[in-house]
Amino acid sequence: MESTEELQFSDDEEEVTAETVLKTLQSAWQNERLSPEILPHQNDMVECMLGQIQHMERNINKLSKTDLRTSIHKMEISRIKFIICNYLKTRLNKIEKYCIPILNQERQRIETDTNYLTPSEYKYAQEYVLNMENHMKNVVLNKMPGNMQVFEMNKMAEHPNLQTHVFLKANETINGVVLEDLTGEDEEIDLEEGSQHILQYKPIADLLKNGKVTLL
Amino acid sequence: MHLLFKLNMNDANATTENRSLWTTVQVRHSALERNKRCILAYLYNRMKKIKTLRWEFGAVLPPDIRELLSDDEYQWFSKYSGNLALYMRSLGQDIGYSGIDLTENLKPPKSLFIEVLCVVDYGKLELEDGDVVMLKKNSRHYLPTSECQTLIRQGILKQIM
Repeated sequence: MESTEELQFSDDEEEVTAETVLKTLQSAWQNERLSPEILPHQNDMVECMLGQIQHMERNINKLSKTDLRTSIHKMEISRIKFIICNYLKTRLNKIEKYCIPILNQERQRIETDTNYLTPSEYKYAQEYVLNMENHMKNVVLNKMPGNMQVFEMNKMAEHPNLQTHVFLKANETINGVVLEDLTGEDEEIDLEEGSQHILQYKPIADLLKNGKVTLL
Repeated sequence: MHLLFKLNMNDANATTENRSLWTTVQVRHSALERNKRCILAYLYNRMKKIKTLRWEFGAVLPPDIRELLSDDEYQWFSKYSGNLALYMRSLGQDIGYSGIDLTENLKPPKSLFIEVLCVVDYGKLELEDGDVVMLKKNSRHYLPTSECQTLIRQGILKQIM
């Protein structure tokens, strides 16, 4: 039931179908929900999808109301909207939970131009931390004795737990994933294409960001 | 806490001459730190709860909850609300959308239309395609899901299984 309209991007030379955008968005949503830390943003996909939705809504309004196609398309639109909303919401929740480490990492990454957050998300995160700091200061810290008044960012920060285990599926053959053991031994394993594993998140974090691995 | 601090300061100044009071200073300092951590944790958890309220109720809080928040917390809540609204408006601004309301669509949609029971007298409700529905108490309606979502959350409609 995917719409198979074809889009032509003015800056890209290739034609990207709406179907591929939806598929990438779906896998991005899945990965974002299952991973413990925030992943690079897919804002282009989101915006493209939103444009598509607008287009579809306009088309639907032209058709007659009792047509079977309107209800099917409406269902599809509401499903896509849900995916987008949920994706953005999970990202917001992660930003709010891990705001201080994320801001620190983002400051380093801005220099290398590999942002994980969209500009609006970055602004949101900064405002949020500022808000929280002011709130704490006004309510509590200003009334405490002198040397306690500092709002210690590092102590308030909550770091994402990179050691959680995740289910993953390898999209390509990957050689040499190094797993750290508690006893200090490093075990190196190979992942075959299409195989499924349960691993700690940390070794495969980079692979997830490159798209070589998907979380299940 | 101030009392503890004053005592500590006095002792700290005194210890420069006499080493025996060192331990009291340390104990009091750790007590102070612990108090500070407890207070901050309490405040942080309240903040989290208020955040969930924003997602449930929207930007306007019902009066019985409003009186449970202190003035500072209400200020924080309005700032948080404003920040969230700003972010939502900026979504899709590049393509001319007026922003997506992220507080809708909290659950995956199961069907296009749902049957609802009206709990209070609301009056006229105009749907997207122009039909006007009279919402009287205890009247049942078969309406599209998107229209009902906000009303269900406000408590005006109730979904019939």
